[in-house]
Amino acid sequence: MDKRRKAEIRKGKKVRIYLKNNWQLYAMLVIPVIYLILFKYKPMLGVVVAFKKFNIYQGIWESPWIGLANFKEAFSSKDFWDALKNTLMLNIGDLIIGFPIPIFLAIFLNELRSNKIRKFTQTLLYLPNFMSWVIISGIATQLLSRSGLVNNIIVTLGFESVPFLSNTSIWRFVYWFFGLWQSAGYSLIVYLAALMATDSSLGEAAYIDGATRLQRIWYVTIPQISSTITVLLIMQVGRLVSISFDRPYMMGNTLVRGASNVISTYVYSIGLSSGRFDFATAIGLFQTIVGVVLVLSANGIIKKLGQEGII
Amino acid sequence: MSAVNSRSEKIFQIFWSTFFIVITFVAMVPILRVIAVSFSSKDAITAGKVMIFPKGFNTEAYRKAFRSGSFVNAFGYSILLMFGATAINLIMTILAAYPLSKKNLIGGNIIMTLFVITMYLNPGIIPEYLNVKSFKLIDTVWALIIPGALSAYNMIIMCNAFRGIDQAIYDAARIDGCSEFRTLISITLPLVYPMIATLGLFYAVGRWNGIGDVLYYINSSKYFTVQMVLKQYVEAVKVSVEEGLMTNLLAENIKAASIVISMLPMLLVYPFVQKFFTKGIMIGAVKG
Repeated sequence: MDKRRKAEIRKGKKVRIYLKNNWQLYAMLVIPVIYLILFKYKPMLGVVVAFKKFNIYQGIWESPWIGLANFKEAFSSKDFWDALKNTLMLNIGDLIIGFPIPIFLAIFLNELRSNKIRKFTQTLLYLPNFMSWVIISGIATQLLSRSGLVNNIIVTLGFESVPFLSNTSIWRFVYWFFGLWQSAGYSLIVYLAALMATDSSLGEAAYIDGATRLQRIWYVTIPQISSTITVLLIMQVGRLVSISFDRPYMMGNTLVRGASNVISTYVYSIGLSSGRFDFATAIGLFQTIVGVVLVLSANGIIKKLGQEGII
Repeated sequence: MSAVNSRSEKIFQIFWSTFFIVITFVAMVPILRVIAVSFSSKDAITAGKVMIFPKGFNTEAYRKAFRSGSFVNAFGYSILLMFGATAINLIMTILAAYPLSKKNLIGGNIIMTLFVITMYLNPGIIPEYLNVKSFKLIDTVWALIIPGALSAYNMIIMCNAFRGIDQAIYDAARIDGCSEFRTLISITLPLVYPMIATLGLFYAVGRWNGIGDVLYYINSSKYFTVQMVLKQYVEAVKVSVEEGLMTNLLAENIKAASIVISMLPMLLVYPFVQKFFTKGIMIGAVKG
């Protein structure tokens, strides 16, 4: 009994000493944790709106439950499937066009002996990353509209002008191209960093053994950065149902709605513009759930391949 | 590493150097073009003579853009907003990252996990909108600052930077009687200033370029950022051009001038901060 009391007192003392030494660390955390609860976790409770018939005057908690009716409505609505299809289509195009090109550029840039050209390319290709999608959309219109620079050149050469911004299939390429333009510099730097970290003596050994440059790139360089490539690829696959808002919203226009209306813009237009909060929340929730499942599966695959996962 | 002076090596180097110079130049054409239009005369634009260099150089478009009160106001307001939001972002990030970088902090792991979860579980814009509304922040400048006050991703990067500091430095500070706040301000922060600069710039670029939250939360035009005002210009011209309606070509160069003005803060700081950004990306890349 006595022993236990002593132990308790000692423990109490330890706690007091611990708090005396560390209370300032906890004090620093107070504001971030309050922020975390009020602005990150509280909205998560708000997803119950997806299961309710939301009425703005009754608020989130007073509105009546309607079960899965909003989801049923979404799954039977053509607009929803179109938005999902467009989201997948635009993301898959990004994957096919935007993913391999920076790898290709990085590998050959890395083979150059001139540091100046490497710096020059890297610096300028990274610049579009700092442009907002509002600016890019303005630039795209100036270049590609019927009276824009590119069509001026095409017409001067004696061809018909091309409806870059009003034909849905051509517009998709415009979307992918400007995505590449905006993000290539960033990916280029990531891959160049991975290439810098590789062991150059392996390439030298292959050279002495008589390997050609292409053989060295294919058998020595690429295997050394393949782990980076795999992780980035799987992560991008994991994000196939997620799409940013700014890019499709700004690049699209009323004439290509059939290709540019994606989940994020659809949720915005039915939720905030038309005021159907419950229905929009249900679609947002669907996207989050599918997204989390995809990311977790992607992470599982990365770990199975023996790489360090992202979670 | 290759045969230093062989003929094929020389050809290879020349070919690929040229290739990269051309690619880079082509990538710069959209930016050069918009700058060229903004400085060109109305007649040259109408005649389709402007390629990537200004024709009939004049600054009329800029004078007109600056005479439009709404654009100038939005510009000044956006600059202030960018600095204010970035300062708050950095303070929040450091306040969270410093304690969580201590491995033996009881409860630290749980809080860290709670931050990481928010990176993947996103409730969607409607619940976030209702939340902002419940705090009566709709149509106030705080709606553009508070909801994004702290990015879990940046916080983790900051946390890793703090962990990279030698423990012996902390021990010495403690023996000398430094409090945690004092240690943070006088010892830790000076050691990680490149990281603070990098994250500050990430936050600043995000705030300057962001349009989504302005669209969701702001109704009155006095709180419109420069991107939002620019969006209205861009959209008005876009639809009329595509539908083949007559467009006012003077508006074309004013629009170009507005685009250039909106890019200006980024173009001006870019040469100086490019190195920091590169460093930041590499740190992000190492992790995942």
